[in-house]
Amino acid sequence: MANERKLRILVAKPGLDGHDRGARVIARALRDAGFEVIYTGCHQTPEQIVQTALQEDVDMIGLSILSGAHNYSFPRIMELLKENNAEDIVVVGGGIFPLEDIPKLKAIGIREIFTPGSKLDDIIKWVRENVKPRKAAA
Amino acid sequence: MGTRMFSESAIERIEKEYKEWLQDYEKALQKLPERLERFSTVSDMEVKNLYTPLDIKNKDYMEDIGFPGCYPFTRGVQTTMYRARLWTMRMFAGLGTAEQTNERFHYLISHGETGLSVAFDFPTLMGYDTDSSLARGECGRCGVAIDTIEDMQRLFAGINLEEVTTSMTINPPASVIWAMYIANAENEGFSRKKLGGTIQNDCLKEFIAQKTLMLPPEPSIRLVVDTVEFGTKEVPRWNTISISGYHIREAGATAVQELAFTIYDGITYVEECIKRGLNVDDFAGRLSFFWNSHIDFFEEIAKMRAARRMWARIMKNRFKAQNPRSMMCRFHVQTAGCSLTAQEPYNNIIRTTTEALAAILGGCQSLHTNSLDEVYMIPSEFAVKIALRTQQILAYEVGVANVIDPLAGSYYVEALTDRMEEEANEYIRKLDEMGGMVAAIEKNYPQMEIADSAYRFQQQIERGEKVVIGINMFPSEIPPLEVLKIDPEIERLQIERLHKFKERRNKVKLQKALDELRRRCEGKPCWENNVMPALIEAVKAGATEQECCDVYREVFGTYTDPASF
Repeated sequence: MANERKLRILVAKPGLDGHDRGARVIARALRDAGFEVIYTGCHQTPEQIVQTALQEDVDMIGLSILSGAHNYSFPRIMELLKENNAEDIVVVGGGIFPLEDIPKLKAIGIREIFTPGSKLDDIIKWVRENVKPRKAAA
Repeated sequence: MGTRMFSESAIERIEKEYKEWLQDYEKALQKLPERLERFSTVSDMEVKNLYTPLDIKNKDYMEDIGFPGCYPFTRGVQTTMYRARLWTMRMFAGLGTAEQTNERFHYLISHGETGLSVAFDFPTLMGYDTDSSLARGECGRCGVAIDTIEDMQRLFAGINLEEVTTSMTINPPASVIWAMYIANAENEGFSRKKLGGTIQNDCLKEFIAQKTLMLPPEPSIRLVVDTVEFGTKEVPRWNTISISGYHIREAGATAVQELAFTIYDGITYVEECIKRGLNVDDFAGRLSFFWNSHIDFFEEIAKMRAARRMWARIMKNRFKAQNPRSMMCRFHVQTAGCSLTAQEPYNNIIRTTTEALAAILGGCQSLHTNSLDEVYMIPSEFAVKIALRTQQILAYEVGVANVIDPLAGSYYVEALTDRMEEEANEYIRKLDEMGGMVAAIEKNYPQMEIADSAYRFQQQIERGEKVVIGINMFPSEIPPLEVLKIDPEIERLQIERLHKFKERRNKVKLQKALDELRRRCEGKPCWENNVMPALIEAVKAGATEQECCDVYREVFGTYTDPASF
């Protein structure tokens, strides 16, 4: 469809981790690529992230985390999305992940994990190919 | 007049020959053009093909360069530099529980490290105990979990705290953690007058870059001044602030931005301490700095030399310091974590070696070398030993520590040192015009300057204008690597012992101590209301880190990330 609305993307930083260089670079790159970007800032709880995602009616959530606490926050976010009937929001992760954690995160519904060295262009291309605007809630 | 380094006639001759050489250069390029359209440092500062005496013809040796240990300290803060004592080899370490980190300290000391440096986990850095709901999944992951004075005792068990110096990377809760350190040391029989070390305690760069956020800027600065005041009177060997460029650089700043924003943070702390009524020469000698050593070798050396000269001039001219020690920019250096790659991780040893060499040639007082696996995780014993050995090889085998400031007089290094100072001074003028650093932070100015640089660098990487081997040149996959594992079970155990500790406390005594802390926080900032004595009493009475920080949050309010990008 030619007149599809712009994709809305939430860039979020779960946990107490303050390493926000990657999140802010990605947020800017996605905005420059023509998406609507909302950035949460650092130190967000899973509850805050899901609440923002629902309020802002986003199509995708990009979670940036470098602290190693993803095994708590990522499953919790997926659980909360499900509870809110919003599991169709595409969730991806970026940051530092032990390789053996990646299949586990994908198994809980994280669609893609972008590790250090990922190219901005590849991430943007992935978003264009894999994320569609959510159907408006009834 | 003065001590210019070249005679006018020499400069005239060189100028003439230089013009001729440039013509030869242009001719040679017709046969074989330059490799790049533009040559620049990692910070994107354009550099020329050749530097000559012409680039430093106006320098005055005594005024601009001078001798080691003498104003303006361009060549080093100590007279003897590494001829008498090497830099302190201080590896940033913290993992899991206090016992695990204590074991790591002993391991590092047994392999020749000469100073301690504590990495705390995120809940500790943010002023939360391990049992806080905000701390789930974080215990011991990026550092050690410290909730109580008992954890502090476990952390330093078997270490002579009057002999070793300890650096603690802690910012909003710095006063609390320092109180625990002092209280524990006293419990163990050491004198606070003899304790040496550093608390990072640089709240301004948290707003600018590191984002360990707790309180708004003004009360944050008040607490910093309290610690400086207390240190000046009670813990005279302690460095009460480590004014840090490291995190500003890691967040994406250029070398000039790192230099300028950090020096300006320093200016702000000095102003605030003077406002409290402290005499500049009583406290300034205990201010220290912390620089990043990034991958562009000469740029880093020039930055560190420029930092010393700038700080000396600022302390002398702006703050009228009299004691030379007040003018010394003494600093720790850490190699650049953000220059490392997860791809082909063993290449990180080479990057770290180069960066460490720049730190040594830049005249650092202490140094942390990153481990090859720090892109993945806090380092394994195997990796951290290589990182420590890197410093030892540079110190004992390579000969770079034999001669003081060996790159002085290099036309390039001196010209680059000048340029660093000039461009950083531009920022300093701008920040003065904006009404100081707190006003600038409120306008999001340094944050956005850094974000712009970070984005520009990333775009240069994407276009191949800047090269990272294994990423955009000779790209490679991330390999599986044996890394340190933190057992998630320690979170439960830490919470369990925290709860037991809380039950054992004398509730009346504890409440009284916390009330006194609150009273002082609510009072006008002055020596009588300095938080440090109250904190030392409180942690001795069993107050946890979070209980003290909760008093701060309740009295001063909290600060949240403005989320700009």
